[in-house]
Amino acid sequence: MRDVPLWREPVPPDGLMGEPPARGRFGEYGGRYAPESLVEACREVDEAFREAWADPGFRGALARLLAVHAGRPTPLTPALRLSEALGVRLYLKREDLTHTGSHKINNVLGQALLATRMGRRRLIAETGAGQHGVATATAAALLGLEATVFMGERDIERQALNVFRMRMLGAEVVPVTTGSRTLKDATSEAMRHWVGATGDSHYCIGSVVGPDPYPWMVRELQRVIGDEARAQCAAELRTGLPDHVVACVGGGSNAAGTFAGFADTPARLVGVEAEGGAGAARGRLGVLHGCRSLFLQDGDGQITQAHSIAAGLDYPGVGPEHAHLRDLGRARYVTVTDDEAVRAAVRLARTEGIVPALESAHALAWVIRAAGDGDLPAGSTVLMTLSGRGDKDVSTLKELL
Amino acid sequence: MTNPRTNPRTNPRTNPKTDPRTNPEAGPALAAGAVERHLRARRGTGRGLLMPYVTGGITSGWTDYLRAFAAAGADAIEIGLPFSDPTLDGVTIQRASDTALARGASTRRILADLSDMSNQSGLPDLGVPLVVSTYYNLVLHDGPETFCAALRRAGVGGLIVPDLPVHEADELTGVAAGAGIELVLLASPATPRPRLAEISARSRGFVYAVSLMGTTGERAALAESAAELSGRIRRVTDRPVLLGFGISTPDQAREARRHADGVVIGAAVMRRVLDGAGPDDLRAFLAPLRQALDQECDRPR
Ligand SMILES: Cc1ncc(COP(=O)(O)O)c(C=O)c1O
Repeated sequence: MRDVPLWREPVPPDGLMGEPPARGRFGEYGGRYAPESLVEACREVDEAFREAWADPGFRGALARLLAVHAGRPTPLTPALRLSEALGVRLYLKREDLTHTGSHKINNVLGQALLATRMGRRRLIAETGAGQHGVATATAAALLGLEATVFMGERDIERQALNVFRMRMLGAEVVPVTTGSRTLKDATSEAMRHWVGATGDSHYCIGSVVGPDPYPWMVRELQRVIGDEARAQCAAELRTGLPDHVVACVGGGSNAAGTFAGFADTPARLVGVEAEGGAGAARGRLGVLHGCRSLFLQDGDGQITQAHSIAAGLDYPGVGPEHAHLRDLGRARYVTVTDDEAVRAAVRLARTEGIVPALESAHALAWVIRAAGDGDLPAGSTVLMTLSGRGDKDVSTLKELL
Repeated sequence: MTNPRTNPRTNPRTNPKTDPRTNPEAGPALAAGAVERHLRARRGTGRGLLMPYVTGGITSGWTDYLRAFAAAGADAIEIGLPFSDPTLDGVTIQRASDTALARGASTRRILADLSDMSNQSGLPDLGVPLVVSTYYNLVLHDGPETFCAALRRAGVGGLIVPDLPVHEADELTGVAAGAGIELVLLASPATPRPRLAEISARSRGFVYAVSLMGTTGERAALAESAAELSGRIRRVTDRPVLLGFGISTPDQAREARRHADGVVIGAAVMRRVLDGAGPDDLRAFLAPLRQALDQECDRPR
């Protein structure tokens, strides 16, 4: 049925992006900075996930769900006309072709299956672009769970289509009216809600953020992107490996999943952030939503609001493992403006017939810029994760174009 | 329910489990800092402890609330340093934090306001210890050492960090102790036994018992989990135990007093402040709570 393995077992030789981190620490980042009321719930998720992840039955059930419901494996598409124009060889890992339209479904199916195994009957989630919310609502419907999704009021306006999809799937969408009324505040509200619901609910975090074990659990669940891409590159690329591996970074889950497949190779890892939400590139050490990482802050230590045309990148921080990869120099984090992202989206549409999510368009915008200024040498091979499709963004784009 | 002479609240030494001489986990009472000494002394007189909360910088004259609290018979005062993302607070304290931040409140300014209240000995002249509560990001921002030293200079004796659970607290405990700041740890109804013993042993000043599984905010009744948790803490330490979250009426305070050494009153105070209540109004609000705690102490047990 498929010629690429879904899972790759060996741990990278340097341990990077391999085993669960000791005490949930990636270098000086990570940890479990959760209110005492949530510590036991985090410990239960940790224990249950370790057990499940070591259980071939769980892995098999998840692999099957990913195949028959989410449509994995996703193809590796050579972007032929764009490559020609840019002078590099660009390959797109097509997470936009998964059911529900983004990589978020990989993580959610895993966590929903875990929730079932733990006897939970309800999923709590936060969402920015709405993709994680749609994925959560979808998995909940599929597995017979309830879903409550917290979403900033501003994002509810921007992503009306996804709000409708979530409600149609039977999820309750709770508008969050505090702060910037975007992802940061939706996450705070979901955490507050979880404090009162740990008995029957699983908090299904949508990225590699939050208290231990979420950052590495979500990375493991998204590893399927990198593992598939690695095998596909081995089979389809002349060199067997790309020179560069590029992905956009909101919290950083699609990037972490992609990077995990290449952490033990010489490939250069590049995370692309939104100019206004550049936690890895411009954040400073802090603690938010349960983990120690890099966050945008003002001079008084207050978390500042992020701004991006892509709701999914509108988060003032980055997952702790990315902060660590940055410190190690193993990955590089760059930023792209709204404008560049919009132009990149149009260019991909016109050259390859693919309308990307505005989040993914950020990754592409960097590839375009880097190919132009020599940051990507002519002839180099680039693997880029196209994290999602642009359907959700058409109304935003319509206003701009 | 209990005989006053054998009641560990009034005579901790009668309970071998909480006697530091027989249970090292209970911690050496002699090493207690100023906040704990003060609370133990007040408890020793049979008094139910009252710790009202105010968000620092909520109004231009916010330190007047501290004077009102002291006049109303507070045994300690909790001052919240507002944070942009208070993940353990319900709507009232969230709104208070936002309001204070919108007014330009910051750690620096709030501590400067406290310093302005100080007498010659450099301490705010309120006669009760001040305990600051805030999220860990604000502690990390200038670094734990700078932060604790600044608290100390402003006359603050204790620190509560709701998103710093005991297993992450190593970075701060030594630094806080070195600066003379008592780091108060929180326990929750979900805290399992060995962890509860560790929290009780490592907490300084008092143990903050979170009465229910939820965020701060007024509730119609005291949660059943409050009594159960207080009892569990009592069995492992004789350190003062203050119950917080959801306590807002004299009846609830009276009931809480049956299980713990005292109460923290947060959202009920802040709702009134947000509605425009001045220091006198708050003194009037706290009076029946003070009375309820005192009556509960006087009741024959
Ligand atoms: C299509 C898409 N790509 C990327 C992201 C960014 O998230 P992460 O960096 O966690 O993959 C989102 C988040 O909503 C998204 O919807």
